Amino acid sequence: MGGKLFSESALERMEKEYGQWHQEYLKALSKMPERLDRFSTVSDLEVRPLYTPLDVKDQDFFEDIGFPGMFPYTRGVQSTMYRARLWTMRMFAGLGTAEDTNKRFHYLIDHGETGLSTAFDFPTLMGYDTDSPLARGECGKCGVAIDTLEDMQRLFENINLERVTTSMTINPPASIIWAMYLANGENQGYDRKMMGGTIQNDCLKEFIAQKTLMLPPEPSLRLVTDTVEFGTREVPRWNTISISGYHIREAGSTAVQELAFTIYDGITYVEEGIKRGLKVDEFAGRLSFFWNSHVDFFEEIAKMRAGRRMWARIMRDRFQAKHPRSMLMRFHTQTAGCSLTAQEPYNNIIRTTTEALAAILGGTQSLHTNSLDEVYMIPSEEAVLIALRTQQILAEECGVANVMDPLAGSYFVEALTNKMEEEALAYIRKLDELGGMVAAIERDYPQMEIADAAYHFQQQVEKGEKIIIGVNKYPSERPDLEFVLKIDDSLENGQIERLNRFKEKRDKVKLQKAMDELRRRCEGPPCWENNVMPALIDAVRAGATEQECCDLYREVFGTYSDRGSF
Amino acid sequence: MKQERRLRILIAKPGLDGHDRGARVIARAFRDAGFEVVYTGCHQTPEQIVSTAIQEDVDMVGLSILSGAHTYSFPRIMELLRENQAQDITVIGGGIFPLEDIPKLKSIGIKEIFEPGAKLQEIIGWVRANVKPRRALTA
Repeated sequence: MGGKLFSESALERMEKEYGQWHQEYLKALSKMPERLDRFSTVSDLEVRPLYTPLDVKDQDFFEDIGFPGMFPYTRGVQSTMYRARLWTMRMFAGLGTAEDTNKRFHYLIDHGETGLSTAFDFPTLMGYDTDSPLARGECGKCGVAIDTLEDMQRLFENINLERVTTSMTINPPASIIWAMYLANGENQGYDRKMMGGTIQNDCLKEFIAQKTLMLPPEPSLRLVTDTVEFGTREVPRWNTISISGYHIREAGSTAVQELAFTIYDGITYVEEGIKRGLKVDEFAGRLSFFWNSHVDFFEEIAKMRAGRRMWARIMRDRFQAKHPRSMLMRFHTQTAGCSLTAQEPYNNIIRTTTEALAAILGGTQSLHTNSLDEVYMIPSEEAVLIALRTQQILAEECGVANVMDPLAGSYFVEALTNKMEEEALAYIRKLDELGGMVAAIERDYPQMEIADAAYHFQQQVEKGEKIIIGVNKYPSERPDLEFVLKIDDSLENGQIERLNRFKEKRDKVKLQKAMDELRRRCEGPPCWENNVMPALIDAVRAGATEQECCDLYREVFGTYSDRGSF
Repeated sequence: MKQERRLRILIAKPGLDGHDRGARVIARAFRDAGFEVVYTGCHQTPEQIVSTAIQEDVDMVGLSILSGAHTYSFPRIMELLRENQAQDITVIGGGIFPLEDIPKLKSIGIKEIFEPGAKLQEIIGWVRANVKPRRALTA
């Protein structure tokens, strides 16, 4: 029994009446023309004035839509969705020192946040300790500075690491930061089998968009696969990669590019895991995703619905996954930083609210809502509270979390979902033709596709074809907000002193032995016996700093720097 | 007869932040406006930026930064330009800056700061009005 939703005779009649309506529409336009020459999404996908069953007439309910928690998961990854448990409210936080950030974590938990998300400063993200000459002026500015296991311990002081899940936005040094997290957790008496969380650990999107670069693509993938392998065997509740579209979108991609490049990155990680000798159903269930929720409401919902359906089909058909969990695209969402304006910053609350609503209607598993002042600086307490309350109001006052996938069956949303999938699949075919993502990155392909889209959008803003209120319509000056956070430059010296004291205390012999073992594993062929994770946990326990481990990586694997294409 | 050469511009990203969308968009806009453009890519030290500016013989350097580390890198770049007798290279900045930092940056010789929302045409217009080739070609 097929799942076609409309009978042939009904469609015939609709076609006729659609024609009649269209005549009326054109007649009316001759009196009052449309207010725009062209209507399109923020990604410049053209949208028509009206959608009807004719736009989704080939859709099969069972194949394409179905039920929440059932293949193809278009309607959500769980059978209960927000009826049983709301999404995790997970605010990205990190500022100054470990103590400053720990204080912020407690502030957010005390105000009802349900999961932690850690922002590291740029030296930490790039694998440099605070005392590196390359780190000058950066300490604690865009996140928290973590150099050592002691910093990690201070960061999570008085937080129950078996009860709260922690997400950490860290990429090239992800293995090291994860080793610090696990070592600290175990030092506090927690069991690694019970600790849950996520490391972003998505090296491919670094080359494509975020540009936190350290090692060449191949060894980067080897380290990612080491963490996947270790997680599969040792830390079963951990999401070892958060395959991220967010940064691709922030770099200026369209929604379709975000969807396609991210899913292709996912395909690449699955291939690497299989190459390592893991079975797809052993590890695929711990891969998670991360979307941007931009300001175009329906486009985002369609993207998230299409993403779930695409991933389920890819896992089933391309990788022959059997376990339903392997097919689930579970994802975190962050509202779009790039949609915020420095002008009239309170309007950012409204943008963030609609973006958060799209993420909820798109079925996200966790959510970060941007603060109104994030366009100036990492958020103040005042602003972050409004952002958290935005989620709580949407969750508990507005009724939008009461019904699963409430927009299913909307002719427009279903048609747009199909369109997203179709266009993203065209990119996936192109990437297959190019020989995979690493080959495509070497050819600058995704990088330049994104640069083209970013430039095109900016041109549209200049011409007034895309409107940003307060910027190119009703332009306004940037005000002086009194509560914008200030990170003091003197923090850097304090952190360097702390690092020096830490280094003096170390047992040099023990440390050298641990580093030798790490080096031996890095130099050996990738396999479980050479997995870096056990050696890293020993090394950070013996006092290895983040940069010392990264320097070893750089020595063994070589470095990679931005090519500066534009 | 003297003929003005095309303006040569270096777009540079000091520090460790990878937010290169603005840098790449303005680099392309400058190229489309007829300037010769060199872009450093991300993660450049002040030393690397000044050395590239001199080697490439540019008339202007546009610094793009969103991390807040301008408090170190911008003064250092100005200092290195002076040490290399290249203080006649015009330097402008773009990105995110606390309001109170903007006069400080101008006082050390940064000629203009463009904040989020600045129009490409406005920036191009500013360059045309304020930047002249350092050495004119003689034909």
